[in-house]
Amino acid sequence: MADTTTRVKLQWGVLNTVVVVFALIPVLWIMSLSFKTPATLTDGKFIPREWTLENYRNIFDTDQFVRALVNSIGIALIATVIAVVLGTMAAYAIARLDFPGKRLLVGVALLIAMFPQVSLVSPLFEIERQLGLFDTWPGLILPYITFALPLAIYTLSAFFKQVPWDLEKAAKMDGATQGQAFRRVIAPLAAPGVFTTAILVFIFCWNDFLFAISLTSTERSRTVPVALSFFTGESQFEDPTGAICAAAVVITVPIILFVLFFQRRIVSGLTSGAVKG
Amino acid sequence: MADIVLDKVSKKFPDGTIAVRDVDLEIADGEFVILVGPSGCGKSTTLNMIAGLEDISSGELRIGGERVNDKAPRDRDIAMVFQSYALYPNMTVRENMAFPLQLAKLDKKTINQKVEEAAKVLELTPLLDRRPANLSGGQRQRVAMGRAIVRKPKAFLMDEPLSNLDAKLRVQMRTVVSRLQKRLGTTTVYVTHDQTEAMTLGDRVVIMRGGAVQQVGPPQELYDNPHNLFVAGFIGSPSMNFLPAAIEESRLRTALGDVPIGDRIRRELSRADAPRELILGIRPEHFEDAELIDEETRRRGIVFEAPVDIVESMGSDKYVYLTVEGERATAAELEELAADAGAADFTGVGSHLVTRLSAESTVTEGQNRRVWFNLEKIHLFNPADGRNLTLREGRAAGALAD
Repeated sequence: MADTTTRVKLQWGVLNTVVVVFALIPVLWIMSLSFKTPATLTDGKFIPREWTLENYRNIFDTDQFVRALVNSIGIALIATVIAVVLGTMAAYAIARLDFPGKRLLVGVALLIAMFPQVSLVSPLFEIERQLGLFDTWPGLILPYITFALPLAIYTLSAFFKQVPWDLEKAAKMDGATQGQAFRRVIAPLAAPGVFTTAILVFIFCWNDFLFAISLTSTERSRTVPVALSFFTGESQFEDPTGAICAAAVVITVPIILFVLFFQRRIVSGLTSGAVKG
Repeated sequence: MADIVLDKVSKKFPDGTIAVRDVDLEIADGEFVILVGPSGCGKSTTLNMIAGLEDISSGELRIGGERVNDKAPRDRDIAMVFQSYALYPNMTVRENMAFPLQLAKLDKKTINQKVEEAAKVLELTPLLDRRPANLSGGQRQRVAMGRAIVRKPKAFLMDEPLSNLDAKLRVQMRTVVSRLQKRLGTTTVYVTHDQTEAMTLGDRVVIMRGGAVQQVGPPQELYDNPHNLFVAGFIGSPSMNFLPAAIEESRLRTALGDVPIGDRIRRELSRADAPRELILGIRPEHFEDAELIDEETRRRGIVFEAPVDIVESMGSDKYVYLTVEGERATAAELEELAADAGAADFTGVGSHLVTRLSAESTVTEGQNRRVWFNLEKIHLFNPADGRNLTLREGRAAGALAD
């Protein structure tokens, strides 16, 4: 028995290591490149011979990148908040109520999530130009919400279904209105779900390239992934690789912070002890 | 404090199933009433309608004389204890118990005082700052009760509050519930599927089947004078023995021998729509080892002989299982009771009698034993509608009554 468990552990250990290394090496490579000087960029060494912060200084000097960062953060945050609020309400209704057309609503939401986004880019482009939304923040926030909502509704309704219905009944018996029951009992318990959904939606908005490049044209609303692709360097003779790498590192930081910040709120088993034992 | 009146209350679900049918029930102020029945009998739906968690399809519900059909649960001023306890896991015990008071907008000092008071009654004081996740099943159950009593509502509703506890704790909590109810004197409606809880706790017991009330009365009365086959089979543990009985002139032919019948039953049986066969019901304690009874007692009953299958000695008395030949009694009610006990597909050959004999009996397994049963205590049921034919003015009179 002891032998098999050790062997199983070893097998899993090796497998896990392979997966982690496979996933992390490109990230580490980018980080390494971002600290190299232009001269040593292509020397093939994993650990830079000369360390420099020049690349980082350069990207923050250009208005182009800073402006894109502000756009990215603003657009992603606003879209996340709206999608999560709307998603919470919709998911609660789906999890709790039986209303006509519920299956249809869920089906349509799923359909939207599965719809190839690239096929919608041209119509969206035309619509937004007509409505004057092209190259504005709302012009990106709206499609982000549209595509993030099915995701939000799905994850959130799964979480709401886990909250025992008896709790809501108990709150009502204790004298709570529907709203009070939701705010004081249901919502706090569904909080891990809300934060998980917020993270997923935020990452979706933050990483999007397709809509961002199609529905923007200037620095006014261009987000970082798009701005990166427009990096050219100071002059046409300058190699922008170092700068692109530095920018790539910079834009992963908010994601990591966001996840770390909310991870502390995602305490699994928050609902334990609610019902029986 | 208030009385609760159900006036022809019915519940029809959107899919057309009728869960509760014309329930009439008057629960007096301070009374402890138990709703009992097998699963799906409508007892929980009835409770939820009183609570306001389910709409009432037709009929009227009055609490304290006031019609509350259309009032939200929060406006009915009643508290409920759930089977799952439904404690708020994000709040401590103190916060759980304070929650209804906070919603009632009481000031902090009063809230604290009331919570402490309720905690003391239920011995929860050392646990006030723990969260439900760190409590044992019994403690959670007490917190759920605490949350109900803290606000001194007009009535308590309890939905199988003890069924998640283990057997020993359940017996203990039963006395806690009983004592608490007596002490507070609050009208209580208690739902359970456990007939022992029903018998031991309530002032009155309401037996339900298929959404309809079968019989209402104090536990002992239901036990002694069941109005029908269902009540007879549901109340009592071990349950009443049922045997088919064929009618022949002035006697009933049963597997235990011929049972004489009195004039009253005979009159009943001479009616045009009278059944051609009856079901004989005998409670286990109305049997006795024939060696242990005197001549005078013997004359009040019948002695028969049957092989002993199993003897369970309880110390105070002996449960003796006898094998009797012939078919078992069949009726819709009995099948339903068997299904509820989970024994619907468990049918041995012939039928078994469960008897409770004195501890002094020398009965052993495998022998043939002469056993006596009391004719004054037997019940006769009509298998078609389950009615108890031995009842006279609501009281069971045995088979010999004139």
